Amino acid sequence: MGLGDEKGLVLISAIVEHKPGVLHRISNMFRRRDFNIESISVGVTEFKDLARMTITVKGDERVADQVVKQMGKLIDVIYVEVLDWSNSVQRELALIKLKAETHEKRSEIMDYASVFRGRIIDVARDSLIVEITGDSEKIDAFINLTKPFGVIEVARTGITALSRGASSIGGVKGKT
Amino acid sequence: MRLLSKISGGKALLEALKREGVSIIFGIPGGAILPIYDELYDFDVRHVLCQHEQSAAHMADGFARASGKPGVCFATSGPGATNLVTGIANAYMDSSPLIAVTGQVPKPMIGKDAFQEVDIIGITTPITKYNFQPRSASEIPEIVKKAFFIALTGRKGPVLIDVPKDVQTEECEPEFPEKVTIRGYTPYKKPCEKQINIAVEWLASAEKPMILAGGGAAYPEASSYLLKISELLLAPVATSLMGKGAFPEDHPLSLGLLGMHGTLAANKLVSEADVLLSIGTRFSDRTTGKVDEFCKETKVIHIDIDEAEISKNKKVDLAIIADASEALKAIYDGLVNRLSKRGETPWLKRIKEFKSIWEGWIFEEESSKELKPIPILKILRKTLPIDSILVTEVGQNQMWSALYFKVFKPKTFITSGGLGTMGFGLPASIGAKAAKPDVPVVDVAGDGSFMMTENALSVSVAENFPIIAIIINNRVLGMVAQWQRLFYEKRYSAVKLDRVDFVKLAEAYGVHGVRVQDLNEFSNALKECLKLDVTSVIDVPISPEENVLPMVPPGSSLEKILGVEKWDWVMKKG
Repeated sequence: MGLGDEKGLVLISAIVEHKPGVLHRISNMFRRRDFNIESISVGVTEFKDLARMTITVKGDERVADQVVKQMGKLIDVIYVEVLDWSNSVQRELALIKLKAETHEKRSEIMDYASVFRGRIIDVARDSLIVEITGDSEKIDAFINLTKPFGVIEVARTGITALSRGASSIGGVKGKT
Repeated sequence: MRLLSKISGGKALLEALKREGVSIIFGIPGGAILPIYDELYDFDVRHVLCQHEQSAAHMADGFARASGKPGVCFATSGPGATNLVTGIANAYMDSSPLIAVTGQVPKPMIGKDAFQEVDIIGITTPITKYNFQPRSASEIPEIVKKAFFIALTGRKGPVLIDVPKDVQTEECEPEFPEKVTIRGYTPYKKPCEKQINIAVEWLASAEKPMILAGGGAAYPEASSYLLKISELLLAPVATSLMGKGAFPEDHPLSLGLLGMHGTLAANKLVSEADVLLSIGTRFSDRTTGKVDEFCKETKVIHIDIDEAEISKNKKVDLAIIADASEALKAIYDGLVNRLSKRGETPWLKRIKEFKSIWEGWIFEEESSKELKPIPILKILRKTLPIDSILVTEVGQNQMWSALYFKVFKPKTFITSGGLGTMGFGLPASIGAKAAKPDVPVVDVAGDGSFMMTENALSVSVAENFPIIAIIINNRVLGMVAQWQRLFYEKRYSAVKLDRVDFVKLAEAYGVHGVRVQDLNEFSNALKECLKLDVTSVIDVPISPEENVLPMVPPGSSLEKILGVEKWDWVMKKG
């Protein structure tokens, strides 16, 4: 099983110190080493002083190897690994604001949203906001499908992911 | 340990530095660091007042490289801090343990573009191992302890501590920790037994083993095992620029420098070797030439304490992540159990063949007394005691020194390897002299480099660090001129530099200055300077047409060496 998916993206998961300046150090390293961040998502973990970062990077196995080593070298990074696309689950959340000036359009969009297991979270006189969660392809597909209505704006969180099974990296308190 | 009375953050900082064994600080005061300097006024640590922060950082760096202890420099906020940047980047590239302390505007003014405010944490993030900004005085002792721990362990490097002015003045009851741990930082790495066994197997069965020593091998303990392994295997040793000193260069198995200005022996033999043991080197482009062509057929073993160096530049066949001395000891123990002392091998014959050509190159009898780089460095080596420290500037002077000045011990050759910082040599030699006052310290300079930080002469005199600066004066930016001569059709763009009378300049600083006209005068002047033991400048005019040869053009494979045509017969063999 290769590390990159068909788009040449590598999926990195890291446990880092949850304190000011850490994101700067990590993103600075990516820029300095000429790695290309495609998406990044950050949030606290089950430990309040640790955050998890999920990063997708354009590149091949050599890039994946260097990204992990260079991240591991950063003092605020506690643990980092490459996640296998098929042996992990990935999700992304998107908010999509669509034009919907008529009743017909609104109900059509609501139908699509329900097929995608999305939710309508805001309704205005001539627009709707749909919330969709899923892998990136699903979100891309929804956006493509609803383009004819007129996409006003989109906010996506970027991919967040966990490895399958009972294993965890969150419990690791020292670099291995 | 807890102090009984309350002290200021500034005092806590000095106290913490003293507890780390700091005996000397190089710096310049200014507005945002005044509270620390106020505490320094009656604190018993020596402070050396510099003329420019870049020099302060280079002095601290030179001190660190000569002593093995971290060098400490102080600067104020804003321009003081930005002036340190070149020095910090230089220390980072060469893995030198430097502690930089900067003043910062008071916390409430941070982010407001206050007078002399600069985001030095942001600026130095990519050029430090780590940087800190204490937000209260009581954090300072632990931060200092962590800073030294980080700077000195694993792959060494610079750490910056940026102290807001209000934190310097804040009163605290500091606790000084004896030990710190950082959960994301585990620098002690034991060599893995399985990999050591494979390395031993490969090396023991190699017919043409070779060793490449980088800066990570240029420490006394690693260097002693390197010597033992080399002698046991009859493996020749080449070094990168930073590795110079890791292996005694008068040894029959020493090949000298590898790379763009590598010796014939090193550059040619590295492609003939069947197994290459490389230690503490990042396979820099200046060392490997075109990296895809480097050791294509050779099995490469790479020992490094920094895992991120493994296969960063050169894809290697076996990686050992460990401290060089521990890994080399384990390899030596493995080898010594398997091998007995070897006699003459065909590989050794080949090495001798190349070495004799190279020795002939260096020791070509000079019939004239004309001032030329090779005899100048020959005389220097003959005259200086072996413990002396040679520091270089950057450019032709540096490459001539690397090629023609033989070094026998680690820590006696100090140069700006990775960053290639012109102006490094003079201040670094002052720092080295501060670390080793009893040995002669010589800065081999070019006129271009020397003028970049020449005002450090005043520090040398005022603080009594008597160094000898030998200016190999070709009145051009020599290395740039050489590239223009070789690769830009002699279009000498912006390199002519006949601007300063260095003897008069020396006198203005109260320095002993002398100009020499031939090799005899040079030799005599050098001896006199050593005897005088005062800061000296020797102006050694040479032709602006001199090249550093041999040379591998940038981006070429190491086998495409310029300047060796007359040895074609041996180059084609093998």
